[in-house]
Amino acid sequence: MWHYILKRILLTIPTFVGIVLLTFLLIHQAPGSPATGSAGGFGESGVSAADHARLRAQFELDAPVIVRFGHWMKRVVCFDFGQSFADGRPVSQRIAERLVPTLTLTFAIIVIAFAIVIPIATYAATHPGQPVDKVILAACVGFYAIPPYILGMILILLVGVALNWFPFAGLTSDNFADLSTWQKLKDVISHSALIGSCFLIPLVAYLVPFVRATMLSVLKEDFVRAAHARGLSHRRVMLRHVLPNTLRPLLTVMGLIVPAVLGGSVVLEVMFSWPGMGRLLFESIHDRDYPVIMGMTVLTAMVVLGVTLVVDLLYAWADPRVRYA
Amino acid sequence: MTTANPTNPILWTDHASTSKRRNWLARSAAAIAITFILVALLAPLLAWHQPIVCKYQGQFYFPAISDTASRLPLVGSWFQKAKPFRFPSFDARTALEPDAFALWPPVPYGPMEMVADANRPASRRHWLGTDDRGRDVLARLIHGTCVSVRVGVYSMLLAGIVGIIIGGAAGFYGGAIDWMCSRLIEIMMCFPAFFLILVVMVWIGNGVTGIILVIGLTQWTSIARLVRAEFLSGRELDFVDAARSYGASGWYIALRHLLPAALAPTLVALTFGVADAILLEAGLSWLGLGVGADVATWGGMLRDAYDQIRTHPGLMTAPCTAIFVSVLCCHILGEQLRRSLDPRIGFSESRS
Repeated sequence: MWHYILKRILLTIPTFVGIVLLTFLLIHQAPGSPATGSAGGFGESGVSAADHARLRAQFELDAPVIVRFGHWMKRVVCFDFGQSFADGRPVSQRIAERLVPTLTLTFAIIVIAFAIVIPIATYAATHPGQPVDKVILAACVGFYAIPPYILGMILILLVGVALNWFPFAGLTSDNFADLSTWQKLKDVISHSALIGSCFLIPLVAYLVPFVRATMLSVLKEDFVRAAHARGLSHRRVMLRHVLPNTLRPLLTVMGLIVPAVLGGSVVLEVMFSWPGMGRLLFESIHDRDYPVIMGMTVLTAMVVLGVTLVVDLLYAWADPRVRYA
Repeated sequence: MTTANPTNPILWTDHASTSKRRNWLARSAAAIAITFILVALLAPLLAWHQPIVCKYQGQFYFPAISDTASRLPLVGSWFQKAKPFRFPSFDARTALEPDAFALWPPVPYGPMEMVADANRPASRRHWLGTDDRGRDVLARLIHGTCVSVRVGVYSMLLAGIVGIIIGGAAGFYGGAIDWMCSRLIEIMMCFPAFFLILVVMVWIGNGVTGIILVIGLTQWTSIARLVRAEFLSGRELDFVDAARSYGASGWYIALRHLLPAALAPTLVALTFGVADAILLEAGLSWLGLGVGADVATWGGMLRDAYDQIRTHPGLMTAPCTAIFVSVLCCHILGEQLRRSLDPRIGFSESRS
């Protein structure tokens, strides 16, 4: 086990260096470096002369490439991405305050998705080919084809505007400061309900057929038949023998959900004016806030790298075959 | 170590029902996909601000036809429009004599033309109504198809080529090259696709070509992984040993023996990838960071609808339907392709 853990951790080092290198190339080798006022063809606002000078100093454009790369690496390791152009605060601080809502939402979505998916998939897998199973699968295919931002607009229209059940702009109400702790929690949850469902619905539609197919193949295994033959109750067979083996492959999928949710967050967070990572990226791109853009790019890649590592280690812990492969 | 290759939920549906219903589904999906491609190719013949055929100052002109021809891939640059119709300031509606012969497209409006009052409901003249700036919604929808189809097809062609080269190199050579390619794939997968695309778009600016390049150069990772796995397993097969024994070169083995086996899963992944590319492009255009405001796109239409979602919610119907139908089509087609290209499925079905 320790051998595998060490090997797996060592393997993230070249990936880490690669991420740093790729972002470095994005900054320096892309046509029109960030320090050129005319960089890109993006909006009318150019970078001011003062910012230009600051950028040249910050990115050390006159130093040799290898030195610059070393410094960028050091800054990434120290989470020091300089100061934001927009408000002069440290980039890491700006990102941190946006990272918390997004990661909390991501975590909540994953937990809720599992709570919904497992019962539905279990029912479908234990009644294969029956009408309900077919309806579930067809619904999953249909819902998965609805892009999150279309879902967002439909939800805003139906639940937000027509029914007026949930607010659909921002993370908190205007009178947030006056509320009690319990009301604050309720306020935040009701503000996140719609954007959360936009992530949740396609995710559930994506996971149900997967869990169902995995469970179907587990149900055909000999050890399940053996458990039934030993006279164990159906409930015990499902909970102790089938479910754990079904959920193990799900770990791998988890590692893919996190970047998908982060990537999908841009349009949805702009749509719901929800203060998360995606909207920060969009705002920084509008302001051409290069330090924030680069900081976010590196940091999200780090988050994904970390999640992948944890998922792989958990998988090795759950499935001994991986460790000795 | 991965036991599943999660790309799409349809991949995990079981195949108990292989009946005609599925066939019927796949056929209608193929028909709709071909319709989308035809609409994209023939857009100016369906909706344009100039007639298909007209008589102007005693001579026949074919403005919409020559516009269609000049938009064709590869050969488009061979065609050029006849003179008065080429000038942007030339307005065919006013310049043509009212009683002169003119055959107009079914939707006689351009996608960016302000032809009526804003936010008109569907009517005889404007089949799907007009948007907030008085532009014909159907004309915009038709020309939005061009962008979506182009982005979907070309970006996935690019992703396929990059994925096959990198995945093939990794699987064929193995060793250090495999290690490096695998790390490269891992690195690319660490960046949320939309983040990376947005950041690169900042530098290269708006435009269809830019979007195609960026999507193609970020979405190749799943294809590279598939091709690598196929090459790795194919390398061990007996017929590859046999080919080697009679002195076949590495290129020959890679192209004639390994690549064909890898093409089937690649094609399936690319079909699903077209849906992703369409979604990415629409998302970018929704944010206003996509093709640019001077081109009609589904994402841009969706944004216009969002901006007045309280007052005119009906505007979102057309782009929503177009995006949903095209994505669903790609999913169904990809699933059908996978089923018909994967020999193992045939076996398991005939046995059970």
